[in-house]
Amino acid sequence: MTVLLALTAAVLFGCGTWLLLQRRLSRIIIGVGLLGHGANLLLIGADDSGGAAPIIGAESGAYADPLPQALALTAIVITFGVTAFLLSLGFRSWQLTRDDRVEDDLEDRLIARADRRENDREERRVEP
Amino acid sequence: MTRLVPLPIVLPILGAALSIVTGRWRITQRAISIATLTALLAVSTALLAGADDTGFVVHRAGGWPATVGITLVVDRLAGLMLVVSSLVLLAVMVYAIGQAGEESRRVAFHPVYLVLAAGVSAAFVTADLFNLFVAFEMMLAASYVLITLGGRPDQVRSGMTYVVISLVASTLFLTALALLYAATGTVDMADLSRRLVEVPAELRAAFAVLLLVVFGIKAGLFPLFFWLPDSYPTAPGPVTAIFAGLLTKVGVYAIIRTQTLLFDRPPWLGDVLIVVAVLTMTVGVLGAIAQDDMKRILAFHIISQIGYMIFGLGLFTVAGLAGAVFYVVHHIIVKTALFLVSGLVARRAGSSRLSEVGGLVRSAPVIAVLFAVPALSLAGLPPFSGFVAKFALVDAGLEARAWVAVGAGLAVGLLTMFSMTKIWAGAFWGDPEEEPTAAPRPAGRLGAPLWMVVPTAALALASLAVSLGAGPLHDVSRRAGADLLEPSRYVEAVLEGAP
Repeated sequence: MTVLLALTAAVLFGCGTWLLLQRRLSRIIIGVGLLGHGANLLLIGADDSGGAAPIIGAESGAYADPLPQALALTAIVITFGVTAFLLSLGFRSWQLTRDDRVEDDLEDRLIARADRRENDREERRVEP
Repeated sequence: MTRLVPLPIVLPILGAALSIVTGRWRITQRAISIATLTALLAVSTALLAGADDTGFVVHRAGGWPATVGITLVVDRLAGLMLVVSSLVLLAVMVYAIGQAGEESRRVAFHPVYLVLAAGVSAAFVTADLFNLFVAFEMMLAASYVLITLGGRPDQVRSGMTYVVISLVASTLFLTALALLYAATGTVDMADLSRRLVEVPAELRAAFAVLLLVVFGIKAGLFPLFFWLPDSYPTAPGPVTAIFAGLLTKVGVYAIIRTQTLLFDRPPWLGDVLIVVAVLTMTVGVLGAIAQDDMKRILAFHIISQIGYMIFGLGLFTVAGLAGAVFYVVHHIIVKTALFLVSGLVARRAGSSRLSEVGGLVRSAPVIAVLFAVPALSLAGLPPFSGFVAKFALVDAGLEARAWVAVGAGLAVGLLTMFSMTKIWAGAFWGDPEEEPTAAPRPAGRLGAPLWMVVPTAALALASLAVSLGAGPLHDVSRRAGADLLEPSRYVEAVLEGAP
């Protein structure tokens, strides 16, 4: 694998991870896309023979290994489909709340509030 | 027999296609689903019998030799998993039809559910790491749709977390595949097992940990489980049940398969697995204590139970692996049954929160019995299946002198009992403290529609059958464990006649 390919994959993974840690779904989706590209690039880079296109019948000395390309193709299709689903999910969230922020878990918030209430009660009991 | 191997994947896919075409006729859709899943159960049983007879049933798609073509393998572990998963899939489908909720309102439910079934089966029978990725994607894509079916705000919110975390795991899986291919030049698991030996030990360790993280996210291992109790309970009842019962266990299956087959089991790996297992057990059960919602308590218990299975794997002994396999079988049935019961409670009382439900033991005694059987089994009380499963694991742990892990396992068992008692006291005894959010729907003497009660009862009986038939079942698990510890058998069976 060439150094350039490896570096590109590294940058894609880095940016993707950073975007993934954001609160807004639109950014997360772009992050997921970048991560997918990084992984596909790695797949392509897994073959370093660097030959001609693997077409049956074509006359050439060295063929490139077709398997990583087939794997990358499958992975691209899958990532595409799931990203489309994620986008529709983001759109639905926008429809419902006019916001695409990923919220905290409701139940966790309830438990945190109950805990706070309990603490307040105890403080009041101590005060008088 | 080898011709049967592709059927667990092909049947549900065909069923899904037919189901889309007949989307307008609900009755036809239901008939197709039930017929497909019944056939799936029959084929799986035949495959398990065949695999137990000969060890491995190998099918080479299109007649291509191994490593060139796609190979499908059913061994004892895969056969067991196929039988249990198809049983659970069928029961939950009947329940969903009986409930007449999302199932009758959404045309998409039946086809997507069948695609999920195909993905789960494909994950069990594939002998190729990339096909395992495809199987996981098939299963997950279907689960994304099922978890957000209905498009309610809370579903969209938890669906987001679920989809994003699964996508991250999938991307990591893809990365691992790329690196493995670069290092060995193959993605066929049997071939990988042969060639990974030549790879430097450090690199092999990196692969082992990378794959553990990938499948750990899907299985809900500590510390990668945070998405699970958040996202599962918001889905429609039957969907939660099938997710809780099956999806995480497919992750566990993948962990067991890859860690035993691909790597030469260095001692540190066993230690890592056991530490992770103990932490998973403990954190899961402690997380459950703080919860008020029945579904969320049960969701945290999934995590804690996953720990037991990984503990069995981490011992890397025949007894340990046999215990883990037995535990997976027991757990899939019991957990699904418990979630189905929580669906019954939610319907009968209008809520699944313990503070809003009460006194069901008097008003709906059938539901109480249906809860008690799997709950006691989950806690590991004799004579239920959980006792046999835990006993097998504890015995294997004592044999391997893993004192701390065994102690933790027993303590977690006690805390599980506490949690189940809490649900019992909250939902079945006493009176509700608050008004339920939805109106209660009393329905006859059973407390729920007949076709919701029947599949739940069937699963409860199946869990009893697991404990009654524990002898033969444990023998099969033991043989499966012995196969797992001798990867050369798998490699020979798959690569037979390969260049």
